[in-house]
Amino acid sequence: MLEQKGAEDFGDGSTADGVSQPTEFGFDAQSEAEIAEHIKKYPPGKQASAVLPLLYIVQGQMRRQTGSAWVPRVAMDAVAARLGMAPIRVYEVATFYLMFNTSPIGRHHLQICRTTPCWLRGSDAIEAACREVTGITGWHETSADGLFTLSEVECLGACVNAPVLQIDDDMYEDLDHDSTVRLLEAFRRGEKPKPGSVTGRLTSAPEGGPTTLTTLQNQGPPPEPAPPLPAE
Amino acid sequence: MISFELDGTAVEAASGETLWQVAQRRGIAIPHLCYAPQPGYRPDGNCRACMVEIAGERVLAPACLRRPTEGMKVSTQSDRAVFARRMVMELLVADQPPRAGAHDPDSEFWRWAERIDVTESRFPAARRWAPDTSHIAMSVNLDACIQCGLCVRACREVQVNDVIGMAYRNAAAKPVFDFDDPMGESTCVACGECVQACPTGALMPAALLDDAQQRIHYADRSVDSLCPYCGVGCQVTYHVKQDRILHVDGRDGPANRRRLCVKGRFGYDYVTHPHRLTVPLIRREGVPKRADDRVDPANPWTHFREASWEEALDRAGAGFARIRAAHGRGALAGFGSAKGSNEEAYLFQKLVRLGFGNNNVDHCTRLCHASSVAALMEGLNSGAVTAPFAAALDADVIFIIGANPSVNHPVAATFIKNAVKRGAKLIVADPRGQALSRLATHALRFTPGTDVALINALLHTIIAEGLYDRQYIEGYTEGFEALRERIAGFPPERMAEVCGVPAETLREVARLYATSRAAILFWGMGISQHVHGTDNARCLIALALITGQIGRTGTGLHPLRGQNNVQGASDAGLIPMVFPDYQPVDDPKVHAWFEAFWQAELDDRRGLTVVEIMRAVHAGTIRGMYVEGENPAMSDPDLNHARTALAELEHLVVQDLFLTETAFHADVVLPASAFAEKTGTFTNTDRRVQLARPVVPMPGDARQDWWIIQKIARRLGLEWNYAGPAEIFAEMAASMPALANITWERLEREGAVTYPVDAPDKPGNEIIFGSGFPTASGRARIVPADVAPPDELPDSDFDMVLSTGRVLEHWHTGSMTRRSVALDELEPEAIAFLAPRELARRGLHAGAMISVETRRGAIEIKIRADRDVAPNMIFIPFCYAEAAANLLTNPALDPVGKIPEFKFCAARIRPLASPLYHRS
Ligand code: SF4
Ligand code: SF4
Ligand code: FES
Ligand code: FES
Repeated sequence: MLEQKGAEDFGDGSTADGVSQPTEFGFDAQSEAEIAEHIKKYPPGKQASAVLPLLYIVQGQMRRQTGSAWVPRVAMDAVAARLGMAPIRVYEVATFYLMFNTSPIGRHHLQICRTTPCWLRGSDAIEAACREVTGITGWHETSADGLFTLSEVECLGACVNAPVLQIDDDMYEDLDHDSTVRLLEAFRRGEKPKPGSVTGRLTSAPEGGPTTLTTLQNQGPPPEPAPPLPAE
Repeated sequence: MISFELDGTAVEAASGETLWQVAQRRGIAIPHLCYAPQPGYRPDGNCRACMVEIAGERVLAPACLRRPTEGMKVSTQSDRAVFARRMVMELLVADQPPRAGAHDPDSEFWRWAERIDVTESRFPAARRWAPDTSHIAMSVNLDACIQCGLCVRACREVQVNDVIGMAYRNAAAKPVFDFDDPMGESTCVACGECVQACPTGALMPAALLDDAQQRIHYADRSVDSLCPYCGVGCQVTYHVKQDRILHVDGRDGPANRRRLCVKGRFGYDYVTHPHRLTVPLIRREGVPKRADDRVDPANPWTHFREASWEEALDRAGAGFARIRAAHGRGALAGFGSAKGSNEEAYLFQKLVRLGFGNNNVDHCTRLCHASSVAALMEGLNSGAVTAPFAAALDADVIFIIGANPSVNHPVAATFIKNAVKRGAKLIVADPRGQALSRLATHALRFTPGTDVALINALLHTIIAEGLYDRQYIEGYTEGFEALRERIAGFPPERMAEVCGVPAETLREVARLYATSRAAILFWGMGISQHVHGTDNARCLIALALITGQIGRTGTGLHPLRGQNNVQGASDAGLIPMVFPDYQPVDDPKVHAWFEAFWQAELDDRRGLTVVEIMRAVHAGTIRGMYVEGENPAMSDPDLNHARTALAELEHLVVQDLFLTETAFHADVVLPASAFAEKTGTFTNTDRRVQLARPVVPMPGDARQDWWIIQKIARRLGLEWNYAGPAEIFAEMAASMPALANITWERLEREGAVTYPVDAPDKPGNEIIFGSGFPTASGRARIVPADVAPPDELPDSDFDMVLSTGRVLEHWHTGSMTRRSVALDELEPEAIAFLAPRELARRGLHAGAMISVETRRGAIEIKIRADRDVAPNMIFIPFCYAEAAANLLTNPALDPVGKIPEFKFCAARIRPLASPLYHRS
């Protein structure tokens, strides 16, 4: 009915129509346990503050149960009922935040950061690589094999290791075109490469190893950096 | 007071006043879009159309939000402020359809744009949304939306319907209905508050637009009047084009604060329905009267012929005179109307008492709150509420029992919801769930018909735990000791078994109500329409009295009155036992006073009530009836019986807008005036007397009701010569102490006055009985009640419980609302509500047709699944002529209030093979 469905241009996939919505949703045991943890953080009468964690919990449960991490409408109603909110208040939150998918997505959610630091460091190449591997042409579309959904996101707070790509809940950093291709191929094979810098950099230490505090002694061996991805 | 400088002038602001308000007060117009200077709307400060400059501050400030501080220097006209405001407007104009093609070129938005001379923009337009015309009464054109969020505040904060939200983000943000559903498919209850609030034409009454979604209709005049439907008494402004109502706005009346519900806002068009009677009708010779006869309201000519007023009135009057002469004065009766004005009600009862010579005059209060009034009269010697419904805003605890205000008193419900949002605790007790249950701290779904058990358990707890207000009881009540003794036999544990609510919950509720600083009690037909209705109300009165939750701010007893003037019609004396102002007909002093006042001989025996009159017709003692604006052939219990009675009448005169089911059996039908056509006073559920004004002319040869009553009176030998409502009001007020200090002139000036009023220049008393009661002893009487079962319990033959009531969109017997295009489209067919669990158990599904049967009749009706209905219950609205619920209901009466048990009878259902659905 709408010419422009508001959200499309912004890649958050928050379109309500055309989605086949399940008619029932109940929290499973794991979700219930997590919910209890979150709700008790807030004083009585302020449970609505737990709406963001609960939406994450729903999305996690959907991933466990269906392989697609999204928040169906019935689940938002369940969150609203649990927190004593009007359903519309939950819909507003869910459609505002890009992290919540209000329609089904592929098994893995590729979230490319395209904010200035990542863009200056080559996010265009990452986007190109993602499109090559997945065949996806637009935003918030899912590949034909149902494996990947591609979204663009704003700064993920990992600019030091720009450019970055968030896959599901994990960050992959210091990417370029080729390493992105290798990363996605690994996911396609069902592997789950260790998150972090793909160049072997230790967290956000300088490229090529530490340049300050190099004389500190007795710190024990530094933690294992992520091994570089194997070449094709 | 805060002193500051506004545009170089020293000014003062009251505490809480914003810069915008001070400027407005001083005649300085500051543009505003996202701010609506209306009751209930807080400023939001999001549009930035109202920016002003404050000396010493780096950035401009929104005048709508900012409050002055001592010594502040504010400039509304600085170059910078003016430039900023113009820029905001230009950015907004960029995305709008051009004014020439605007949905509403006359919107607030375009008026401000014109006023500050920014009607064009240099900026490119964004892509916008397509129209949503899914709702019958409202059009959504978000290409005009500026995301000001007024509609969200309207729906969420004012009406608390929580349908609209602002979804998505950034430039894609937009108001959505539910989960971005089309409006017509959302949970919207069509109160129209968002439409009234929207400043841009993005949300508009559909009636103003053409197919291209452009406004083509403009009113040529506007009239301030009232809503014709419920007892809330909303004030409205009717916008009229070429003598037809075009659209309706809520006015800032004391009862509604500009709010309306779907009926008041969109249910105005019945007055111009083609079924309107425009000429007097006389029954054709030789057309027999049959109880089950039906007449097509669009074609009355099968049964009736047109007559002149002279002939019709002669026939009507002569019929009454003949019966009176032949069978004595007891052989006639009259039903007046709770939808007519006070003046009409007064005149009608006077006609029956003087012209018919008896007190057989009653009206629909007998079917709704007669038992409440009986209990209130007995306890407090006053038949009205002790506090307006808006007192809920000052209450800490709101207790609603046997009422569903969001459906039946929707605007009153908005104030209750506002109170809950502000922190008041809500207790809802009703066998059926409802929208308000979801906001309740305690939602008690008790077993139908066990009201006394439930309330007695509360009384028991309060007394047993010493939570009563000893001082109040000693100072202002009598009968507490008797209650204390009797109530010992009703411990919560025992009552829990009866009413199905756990004892501990009963205790919690009792404590909550009794110990709160201020608690107010609302009830409705769920309390009154039982054979123990008076007992139910007695218990509620006792509850308020022993806890002292009455007579103070935020406390009181409020039976929510149904029809727009049921309070006024009762006050004016449309009751068989009392003259105007509840003065007993059998009290010799009163009787003598009225004989002198009316200069006529009066009957000093109580007359018969609605159901008793029907029985007397069957018995042959009543032979002639005058029915003005009532529809007993739909609203009485056990309709087969009532309709047979009507058909048996020797002489029936019906005065109405349409050929109602009652008029099918009439000898003479007189075309009367609709609400929107008359002048008169109407008294709402809060005791507010309000003035209605004529909005449109009457169609054809229809006449004012008071004129018709007077003409009939003259044919019964009464030399009446009233010039109009003002004169009738003056006479009526002279006979009613309650109306002291209320004059017609005052009503014309003030629009609404709440009785009692202490002086001509003092406002009315909203909350009464702060220091005693108008009883002989000055004390209120506490009357204990025993638990008694409903009259007809389910058994193996009739295994379910049938309860009747209303739906939001339809009013009373549906004669008006089902002739309103929007209302009938929203709720178009007869439905029975059943619990999904019950349906599953019986292998039925929603949408299927069933037959609902009781010992008195059967109807065929479509099923709707509704979780709010208890299993084993059927709920049917009584507004559907094609499946009249009252064919089924039990005419057993409450012994005191004489009200039938509409809320409970034994029934059974049977699936129907094929849909046999006839729409009449
Ligand atoms: S629809 Fe109207 S009221 Fe709602 S945000 Fe848009 S402009 Fe404001
Ligand atoms: S009409 Fe009333 S209920 Fe419907 S969306 Fe507007 S404000 Fe909400
Ligand atoms: S810009 Fe990409 S992580 Fe901050
Ligand atoms: S009117 Fe003040 S910011 Fe919108």
